[in-house]
Amino acid sequence: MSLLEVSDLEAGYGPVTVLRGISFSVEEGRIVTVLGPNGAGKTTTLRALSGTVRRSGSIRFDGKDVSKRSPEKLARKSVAHVPEGRGTFTGLTCEENLRVGAFPRRDKAGVAEDMKRCFGYFPRLEERRDQHAGAMSGGEQQMLAIARALMLRPRLMLLDEPSLGLAPKLTAELFKILEKIAREEGVTMLLVEQNANLVLKFADDAHVLEAGRIVLSGTAEEIQADEGIRRSYLGV
Amino acid sequence: MDRFIQVLVDGWATGSLYGALAVAVVLIYRATGIVNFAQGELAMFSTFIAWGLMQAGLPLGLAVLATLALSFVGGMLIERVIIRPVEGGEVLTLVIVTLGLYILVNSLAGWIWGFGNRAFPSLFGDGSFDVAGAAVPYESIGIVVVLIALVAILFAVFQRTKVGLAMRAVAMNPESSRLHGISVGRTLMIGWGVASLVGALAGVLIAPRLFLDVNFMGAVLIYSFAAATLGGFDSPLGALIGGWIVGIAEGLAGTYVDFIGSDLKILVPLTVILVVLLIRPTGLFGSAEVARA
Repeated sequence: MSLLEVSDLEAGYGPVTVLRGISFSVEEGRIVTVLGPNGAGKTTTLRALSGTVRRSGSIRFDGKDVSKRSPEKLARKSVAHVPEGRGTFTGLTCEENLRVGAFPRRDKAGVAEDMKRCFGYFPRLEERRDQHAGAMSGGEQQMLAIARALMLRPRLMLLDEPSLGLAPKLTAELFKILEKIAREEGVTMLLVEQNANLVLKFADDAHVLEAGRIVLSGTAEEIQADEGIRRSYLGV
Repeated sequence: MDRFIQVLVDGWATGSLYGALAVAVVLIYRATGIVNFAQGELAMFSTFIAWGLMQAGLPLGLAVLATLALSFVGGMLIERVIIRPVEGGEVLTLVIVTLGLYILVNSLAGWIWGFGNRAFPSLFGDGSFDVAGAAVPYESIGIVVVLIALVAILFAVFQRTKVGLAMRAVAMNPESSRLHGISVGRTLMIGWGVASLVGALAGVLIAPRLFLDVNFMGAVLIYSFAAATLGGFDSPLGALIGGWIVGIAEGLAGTYVDFIGSDLKILVPLTVILVVLLIRPTGLFGSAEVARA
């Protein structure tokens, strides 16, 4: 059984339909990426899964139907969404941001331990611990967004363009850390990216979105190897 | 000199009362970004409930406690039924809704309890003691102590508890809060409940100094807006200290500036609002939005 099974998912904003019925599944422990040009529906896919846009169709997480569940209830089921724009709580300190990430949890000791773990992955955050998050740089806020999601102890992470606005060197570092989190802690990841070259190097599976439909699915190697696909969809 | 001390002490106590209602206004502003014009009327309504409970035979202390509890629940209900449908809408819509609530609550109170005025007993008795020749009522000290305790408790709740953290998070970024498992609606409901409770406390503290009638909070609301503006509109401590400054300034101006007297005292809060907005719009303790792109 897949951790996440999506079928005939449609979603949109107001009267505009963006996703026109997509189906895919994500196996536990895998890193899955959704690629595609601007406006293809990548962000909408993640938002439809977490329930922050109008949607219809079937979404099963861990065998249970979650297609009607509110974002806050899904988060409590260990699905962490790192949204476009990073979702920073600008007036809270860095540490308070992490505590918001742990909101649904009751195990104080575990939360303290996880905060240490996050600081292990992102030492910058420990340096900025008592600073207002709004005053942190874009890269630091992206680290904070990922760390905040980790505080939930997620089984599934939905990541929306973590590379957006970051310097290439920082992006490469960030992806290394994400890969480590996925491999060592067994966190399943569904990652939306524009930067196909970069993400295909570390993802296991990939789906290519175009105009609200999945036009292609396969392992990351297959997608990367296919010349025709590269030319038409990835522009590389 | 005696007179001066007297004016200071009276102003301090009166200012605490302005601060009390200002804290209620600030709580809702922090949580939802709207200024609740109905805050004073809700406090008036709560005070009438306390009065009604006493008429029914409850002792003062018990009536006040019951009123605080009822106000908490009432505030939550108002958020759920009246505010929720327009939440996240245009600021103007929300302002009009709170103005509508003002009129609704005012009329409802008049319909239930009539428009006459009534005496309301003080929680702290009528005694007083002497400080350097000035008579300081126990009531004044009681009000100041209760208000300091209230702000300390609110501070602790906001800074040290999960509910407080959730309330701050929701105020800053409701969408992101939901993604972290925080129920925005429930958090805002609690915010309105707490604000109503604080307002009710303001009402039962103010009523003994004025007479209780359906319009007795009207002027107080203006003073409390001045206090909140001076304090910075998003800081409960600022609201309290702003209240003190406004209260003492009002007392001093009324006593020592001849042309103001007691008739033109209402100029004091209006002047404070105007000057603060001109010179330092974030107030004494308000936070300017810190953010970089």
